Amino acid sequence: MPERRVVIGSKVGLHARPAAMFVQAAAKQPVKVTIAKSAGGNPVDARSILSVLALDARGGDEVVLVAEGDGADEALDELAALVARDLDSEG
Amino acid sequence: MAETLSGIGVSPGVAAGPVAQMAAPPVVPTDATPSGDPESENQAAMAAMRAVSASLEERASRAPGEAASVLAAQAMMAEDPTLASKVTDGVQAGKAAVTAVADAFEDFRAMLAAAGPYMAERVADLDDLRNRTVATLLGVPMPGVPDPGHPFVLVALDLAPADTATLDKDRVRAIITEEGGPTSHTAILAKSLGIPAVVTVHGATGIADGETVLVDGTEGTVAVAPDEATVQEALDAEQAKLAALQSVSGPGRTSDGHPVQLLVNIAGDKDLAPAAAADSEGVGLFRTEFLFLDRPNAPTLEEQQAVYQRVFDAFGGRKVVVRTLDAGADKPLEFVTVPDEPNPALGVRGLRTSRRHPELLEEQLTAVANAAAASQAQVWVMAPMVSTTAEAAAFAEQVRGHGLPSGGVMVEVPAAAIRARHVAAACDFMSIGTNDLSQYTYAADRMAGELADLLDAWQPALLDLVRMTAEAGKALGKPVGVCGEAASDPLLAVVFVGLGITSLSMAPVSIPGVRAALAGHTLAECRGLATLALDAEDGRAARNAVRNANRS
Repeated sequence: MPERRVVIGSKVGLHARPAAMFVQAAAKQPVKVTIAKSAGGNPVDARSILSVLALDARGGDEVVLVAEGDGADEALDELAALVARDLDSEG
Repeated sequence: MAETLSGIGVSPGVAAGPVAQMAAPPVVPTDATPSGDPESENQAAMAAMRAVSASLEERASRAPGEAASVLAAQAMMAEDPTLASKVTDGVQAGKAAVTAVADAFEDFRAMLAAAGPYMAERVADLDDLRNRTVATLLGVPMPGVPDPGHPFVLVALDLAPADTATLDKDRVRAIITEEGGPTSHTAILAKSLGIPAVVTVHGATGIADGETVLVDGTEGTVAVAPDEATVQEALDAEQAKLAALQSVSGPGRTSDGHPVQLLVNIAGDKDLAPAAAADSEGVGLFRTEFLFLDRPNAPTLEEQQAVYQRVFDAFGGRKVVVRTLDAGADKPLEFVTVPDEPNPALGVRGLRTSRRHPELLEEQLTAVANAAAASQAQVWVMAPMVSTTAEAAAFAEQVRGHGLPSGGVMVEVPAAAIRARHVAAACDFMSIGTNDLSQYTYAADRMAGELADLLDAWQPALLDLVRMTAEAGKALGKPVGVCGEAASDPLLAVVFVGLGITSLSMAPVSIPGVRAALAGHTLAECRGLATLALDAEDGRAARNAVRNANRS
């Protein structure tokens, strides 16, 4: 299954605004994407804001994104790029 | 016949309007029986979650800036697909809709709470969402701040910070709480918004929705079902009083010209414009915690510096007293607070956190010094929760080491007041935080509504500590201010000046009343009233003695 490992670029981690932006982007994808901390833990649905917040992924942590099916690679590329950006200092 | 309830007035002003009660959170019935049809249970649960989400989105579209994003984030939680599937799993396992909803929320609540104290606001959002969904399912009144569609007087048991995100001062004419105290969130919020408020009003939650009440936030009274003439008379008198207050302006002084700086308290770089526009000599308390709260790590030097710069620039050439990070106790920080302290109010908080994290204070002082160097403001810096002369000396030296002119301390711990002569000699100024100083002097938790009488800032033991601190400052020519809620009580402000206090810092809304009160007394009269208060046997007696003497 296609997967991407990416280090979180936002200082606050996947919390607050960066978490919301990530979940909204995941919800727009044609395939289901999961996210887990590379350090371990169960993969959760990337469209679930509560699950993403509960990961407690901090800035600098590595996460792994996994998807399957048509368009999986494109979806993963887009979401991985988003995670790598410092979303909190933008706009 | 009209009935008058009384409490403690915590935010001045007079207002009248129909009551809207804030409903208590719904209780999930422990004996909810499932209908036996999982499909219909599931439909009911999903419909309730959709309704809650839609109402949050609707409120978000009407709310201003920050509040809108809080509500939109909450609406996202209500639409969470994993939450929905947990609910569906629950009803398919034979649970009633309301039980399945409560259980699904509880799962996520436990996960978020486990992530650490900085998730506290998200947990509060989630709890609010659960309460709304459960209330919808049970068909009981929606919890939280009501929205009757017209201006109203809000009545609640007490308000939590989460209840206040969307409090609209154009709709809420006054606030009455059954519990709370003079230093509760309700009091601080009402004062900052300029909404009249009375707390600890016994019987308030029994007033019927829609009943007219007349609220006097200065006197601490609530008239239930007053006649129209009474309401009109009270509102007219309030207008006349406001007009009289507006006629005095400029720096604070007694009627014989003794100067007393009148300053504002600010807690962030939001709402800077109205605070800067207030007729004041600057900022007596700039709280900096907001920069550090609700995040997993400290703000960067640049981030801090930019915020400090905005605040200093807003106040031009005026004085701005910055209080360094006051974390711990009721303001836990993920990266600072010691977990599982048995008694956080007596734990590693305020300046004490720099024992473990000296780098945080060092970086904050660097950011303040950089911003100060690039601005016109007269920047003073003080540390919270100082207890010893050695702490005061070390802090003042550290502040001066950054090229800042003035390093002082908050007097909130009785030890610092008792040793004020030595503390004053070791630093450049002192500022008394009456809320914490009351709590520690009277061994009464600030949030304990039923101990409000002990937390009354008129309590003579507190006034004695204020006197000792002021006298120590005076002997050495060091300024001594008061920056707690108490400074905003016009009559108590007069007493503080009589005790030797040189500046008073408060919410901008309170300044005109304090300025007018000072202008109505000579310094000798202030001292006479202070003596009456010191000689009283408790807070109530002190207030009454000063009030009676002031009227005669």
